[in-house]
Amino acid sequence: MSKEVAIIGVGYAGFRPLTPEVSYKELMFEAATKAYEEAGINPRKDVQSFVTVSEDFNEGTSIFDEYVPDQLGGVLKPVHTVCGDGIHGLAAAFLQIKTGQFDIVVVESHSKASNILYHSHLLAFALDPIFNRPLAFHPYAVAGMEMRRYLAETGTTHKQCAMVVAKNRQNALLNPLASYPAKLTPEDVLASEPIAEPLTSLEISRHADGAIVMVLASGEVARALSDKPIWIRGIGWANDTFWLESRPWARADYATKAAKMAYEMAGIRNPRHEIDFAEIDDTFAYKELQHMEALGLCAPGEAGILTEEGYTSLEGEFPVNPSGGNLGMGHMLDASGLARVMEVVFQLRGEAGKRQIPDAQVGLAFGWRGIPTTSGAAVILSI
Amino acid sequence: MPRVAIVGAGMTKFVRRAQETAKELAWEAASMALESCEMTLDDIDCVVLGSAPDAFDAVHMKSEYLSDGAGAWGKPYIRCYVGGGTGVFAVIQGWYHVASGVFDTCLVVCEEKMSSCMPHPQGAFLTIFDHTTERPLGPNLLWIFALEMNAYMTRYGLRKEDIAYVTVKNRRNAADHPCALLGDPNITVQDVLNSEVLAWPVQRLDVSPISDGAVAIVLAAEHVARRVTNKPVWIEGVGWALDTAYWTNRDLSYPVYVEEAARMAYKMAGIKEPRKEIHIVEPYDPFDYKELHHLEGLLLADRGKAPEDAARGRFDRDKESEPDWLPSSPSGGLLGVGNPIAAAGLMKVAEIFWQLRGEAGKRQVPGNPKRGLAQAWGDLMQVGTVVILGI
Repeated sequence: MSKEVAIIGVGYAGFRPLTPEVSYKELMFEAATKAYEEAGINPRKDVQSFVTVSEDFNEGTSIFDEYVPDQLGGVLKPVHTVCGDGIHGLAAAFLQIKTGQFDIVVVESHSKASNILYHSHLLAFALDPIFNRPLAFHPYAVAGMEMRRYLAETGTTHKQCAMVVAKNRQNALLNPLASYPAKLTPEDVLASEPIAEPLTSLEISRHADGAIVMVLASGEVARALSDKPIWIRGIGWANDTFWLESRPWARADYATKAAKMAYEMAGIRNPRHEIDFAEIDDTFAYKELQHMEALGLCAPGEAGILTEEGYTSLEGEFPVNPSGGNLGMGHMLDASGLARVMEVVFQLRGEAGKRQIPDAQVGLAFGWRGIPTTSGAAVILSI
Repeated sequence: MPRVAIVGAGMTKFVRRAQETAKELAWEAASMALESCEMTLDDIDCVVLGSAPDAFDAVHMKSEYLSDGAGAWGKPYIRCYVGGGTGVFAVIQGWYHVASGVFDTCLVVCEEKMSSCMPHPQGAFLTIFDHTTERPLGPNLLWIFALEMNAYMTRYGLRKEDIAYVTVKNRRNAADHPCALLGDPNITVQDVLNSEVLAWPVQRLDVSPISDGAVAIVLAAEHVARRVTNKPVWIEGVGWALDTAYWTNRDLSYPVYVEEAARMAYKMAGIKEPRKEIHIVEPYDPFDYKELHHLEGLLLADRGKAPEDAARGRFDRDKESEPDWLPSSPSGGLLGVGNPIAAAGLMKVAEIFWQLRGEAGKRQVPGNPKRGLAQAWGDLMQVGTVVILGI
């Protein structure tokens, strides 16, 4: 475990609700070009391995990894795909560098969600084909049930969930990469159309298109190539059960386990005090609160109160989702976790513009694979 | 970097249509692998899953669905994916989990259930092609492999009967495999040449069957492996490479991506003369010509000469007297044991594991092999994955 690993280049493209003028390949190419330029590397010569993150059904193409090498500069090189969140891909690259066999590894993930006509139809295919799918419920019902259980067990109020939406979309106003910035009140959110009660339509993140490429390097190489390497201090990921019938509905145990692994690796004992801010999956508004508690940033039932008190706002003591999160930036399918990581990198480098958190030194990013999964990944980054 | 060993393996029967669900198949293989090394899930730090297209099962995010069956409840769990190369790649992914020093043990599970795809999985394969330039033509895998086989045969002036001998060899070998779907001790070259033409030069018996099945292995870092078993099989080298997606622009007569992957693995294993230093090989053989193609790509046969070598028995399991003897696909390969895609690749790694431990029963290669190589291939004739094992 001697090798240090840092992010030395980040590139992005798209970050809009629709990108009709470019294909996913063009988005990837643009993001990759920017990342390589920032890291000062030539992909054909310097990169030893590439990790891409995608799911076939999201792409509408089977064995999608066929279509990734050309636009990344990875032809005839070690390239492989991970089916997971972007942070799972980051973990795969991190592990490769840790073996000592690789010095520079690239991670890519993207979303071309605008090509998907009905995302809920895809999610229905993610339900257990024998026990759940024949019941033909809308997959968002899983989120509705989970939210109801979470509110009931923790005493969190629906209004506190609505405040997450108002906060994140407000933060998005300061983020030029955000697809859904808006000034909303919690009342607007509560009054929006119910989708799977108690979940309302404004509590569900909408999709956006985009691609993200990151260049990771081992310690010595990172110091040689970059003035501002961002170090991966700890990373962790975990699954809970897939069964809807036997999961702990109020809790996100996968987040607790993932965070425990990441904190142990980073030597963090008191995350709320040792970490300055966090980018946390908020695919649904209540998920930000549930994940905050699972990540050990506060006690169960406390996240809603902290949000209400402004503790997690941009000016608060512990900003959560300064980028606007999935609610403000748009949910980017498999790339959502990497979008969270990207904001942490910008904040730590001091490049977050108007939403810059002063003196940010340690940040946490957490990604979740969405319903109906119990799969999440966490990473701790620092300057 | 910690050395990584395979300490246990298990596999289900490969069958045409399994009664078990995909989850149950994964569970069966995972349980057998754990039992084989007297470990339980409590001893496993992380899980890696391999499975090919979600379209077979029509399950989105298939790894999440399979997670319980694969033993991933409450554990770090990642699914890797490189098409047909997945089965061998899953071992590479497991290797970097343990070699990183982050985990001491890793359970690697590969599962495939193709029979859910009705009436035939070729329908799902239509969706692997480029949506703009290729899919409108309605291509299918047999056609594109017929193009590749034709390119290979034409380039070197190869004889169909020499290539067909691979099917004969592998299905005879598979007759000794308790999990095999198509073992046949009596098959002849003439049977292959007389079988139905699917897309010339590909005939029915040139092709492996579609199948259901699962395979699992257990990986451990050296300090754990030494406690668990007195016969650890070490992962000495790994390599993988992905060629361009624009397969129509490539020379299909030689798998350069396999060579790149092999060179990476040989370098890591410190192998300078592969033909002398590799004692047994399990090259990927979904079609008979592919085994030969891959032996050339792995630098284990001269270009265009592998069919002659096969015909003279160089790759037979028991022809020790043959010059440059190199038993190839002693398991029976995909042609004989079956081809549940990701599981078939991992079966090849498991076979080398059993062979090197001397536990391959009737399939045991004579002469106490010390080092073996398993390789898989996939995507649009595009990816090579290689693992070298040694004792």
